[in-house]
Amino acid sequence: MPGIGGRFSTVIKAKISKLLDRAEDPGETLDYSYNKQLELLQNVKKGIAEVVTSKKRLQMQQDRLQQSVVKLDTQARQALAAGNEDLARAALERKQLAQNELQSLDQQVSELQDQQEKLTSSEQKLRTKIEAFRTKKEVVKAQYSAAEAQVQISEAATGVGEQMADVGLAMQRAMDKTEQMRARASAVEELEAAGTFEDVTALGPGEDDIDRQLKQLTSDSQVDTELAKMKAELGSPSSGSAGQIEGGESS
Amino acid sequence: MIVRISTEGQYDLPDDVIDRLNELDNATVTAVEAADEAAFASAYAELLGLVRARGTPLGDDALAGSELILPPPDLTLAEAGEQFTGEGLLPD
Repeated sequence: MPGIGGRFSTVIKAKISKLLDRAEDPGETLDYSYNKQLELLQNVKKGIAEVVTSKKRLQMQQDRLQQSVVKLDTQARQALAAGNEDLARAALERKQLAQNELQSLDQQVSELQDQQEKLTSSEQKLRTKIEAFRTKKEVVKAQYSAAEAQVQISEAATGVGEQMADVGLAMQRAMDKTEQMRARASAVEELEAAGTFEDVTALGPGEDDIDRQLKQLTSDSQVDTELAKMKAELGSPSSGSAGQIEGGESS
Repeated sequence: MIVRISTEGQYDLPDDVIDRLNELDNATVTAVEAADEAAFASAYAELLGLVRARGTPLGDDALAGSELILPPPDLTLAEAGEQFTGEGLLPD
């Protein structure tokens, strides 16, 4: 079958063969190679745990930002109702920034989730193959001559080795993603530490600096739009009990 | 023929699919060389789709090696480019 898979796919195949060649030591006994497989499986489990930890960290950050969005929205309304438009604007700027961060966090958490699932599925396959290898090893030890056993077992070892390379690749990709997320999480944590998403009514002496940064990070037009919308909601002379009218239609 | 999609699994593919697989593989390489993002995405997605549609998934306990190993489905154009030049997906 000449040219099968073309250049694109053969590159990877060649690389995996190289990895396998390096891993295969003819002097290794069957039991040793099986124990080695189990050892590597443990490393995979540790890798998965690391991905899960990173994901949880991001999810906690999501929760905190979500709370901030709700709080800042409420504060903006209260400030506006009290006639303090500057404070309302400051709250909305922070809210917008929190929402932007939230959006990118959502995307990253789902990407990490995706990586975790692939890694877990690949690990499951590896575990099953190692178990199949163990069974085969016992059969081979009991029934075959040394020369025959060599052929039988090296085929089986190729199957396990290939899955091992695959789980290694899945792990590498998950770790790369995790690394990117870590940088992101630190950036958001810095904003949190600077009080960016904090209670806007309790701003301390550092607020000027934060405000200046916020102006660069958020778009004025979006804040203006939301402020106008909020004003209209608060200012509209609604008949009857305010805020109940829209909700009442569906009942 | 046994084909592996990296980070996904192994499939047993009938021989009559191989010609089409080769065409799509070449289309993918051409797109990578031209750094054509859209063409790469569609050619590679079609290639993977062919394997999934015509192939029979191998059981998890299968110990057979693959004749062909495809890169992961979420491969980016940049990563695909490195297949030919840089370190590639698996470090040497």
